[in-house]
Amino acid sequence: MPFSEEQIHRYSRQIILPGIGGKGQKKLAAAKVFIMGAGGLGSPAAIYLAAAGVGEIGLADFDRVELHNLQRQILHRTPDVGLLKVESGKKTLEALNPEAKVQIYSERITSANIRQIIRDYHLILDGSDNFPTRFLVNDACYFEKKTLISGAILRFDGQLSTFKPHAGGPCYRCLFPEPPPPGTVPSCQEAGVLGAVAGIIGILQANEALKEILAIGQSMAGRFLLFNALSLSFHEVKIQRNPHCLLCGEDPKIKELVEYSQVCQA
Amino acid sequence: MDTTGQIDKELNLKGKICPYTFIEAMLTLEDMEREQVLRVIVDYPPAVCDVPRSLKNEGYEILEVSPINETDWAIVVRNKEVG
Repeated sequence: MPFSEEQIHRYSRQIILPGIGGKGQKKLAAAKVFIMGAGGLGSPAAIYLAAAGVGEIGLADFDRVELHNLQRQILHRTPDVGLLKVESGKKTLEALNPEAKVQIYSERITSANIRQIIRDYHLILDGSDNFPTRFLVNDACYFEKKTLISGAILRFDGQLSTFKPHAGGPCYRCLFPEPPPPGTVPSCQEAGVLGAVAGIIGILQANEALKEILAIGQSMAGRFLLFNALSLSFHEVKIQRNPHCLLCGEDPKIKELVEYSQVCQA
Repeated sequence: MDTTGQIDKELNLKGKICPYTFIEAMLTLEDMEREQVLRVIVDYPPAVCDVPRSLKNEGYEILEVSPINETDWAIVVRNKEVG
């Protein structure tokens, strides 16, 4: 279908980019991206993906907007306090780009429903705030052969990588085989987080999602990015598939989804 | 150079300004068959230089840029060999 005058105007500054053009814009319109968490990472990621014209965005979060979220969760506004985050998020995204189709999942994402939910999407962004969910999303992406763009933040630090074990790269468990024992790693609730750090990592997740959809540039698969806001430094570490990985290794021990207990949440 | 005989499509962009002149020309070329020829009509003076230059940067072959009358210009461009 040809572009409307409004679409040409809305997306002109990216259609004009080398390697995107009308064909790339059509790829974006056909793309379906699932975002785990409508919080600090999911907010900026969802905003940039909707703005870029990603056709369908799935937003999953069972929390409601609270005042202390607003320091970093830019999908939500003060009058949204008390609303489900996915409802508030959908409202923001549709106001930004009425063409964006936003599917919302306000139920808790568990081993019982995650595979069926993500099956419909091309790409998964993890912006969750706890290790049980992080491992659940990784394992589900592995079993469903979905590319996972993972972001994490705490205090002044951030991490980013893309996991594509179905294309030969490592998975999250190749780096972190099991969740840390409860209480050993503080949550954002206990340790705090600078709002702009969430923005930086969330936007990098959106950047990598757009690259994966458009098949341009160098993927973050096999690379792990560490960010520190105080020194304003990025460090990149090469990462490889672990042949002994419990999930994607040669003799895998994990053959179905594992549900770890949600000890605490931020 | 007389290119009249090999024009496959004409796109009237009179009244359009940059960058929409280039974008609409590129979008039209993307939907055309390889090596087909498009004739673009523009009346926005900067587009006479900018559109051919931008299309050339994208790998399209500019066959002709010529005035039609006091206000309008024709840019004749051949589509890429490969999409």
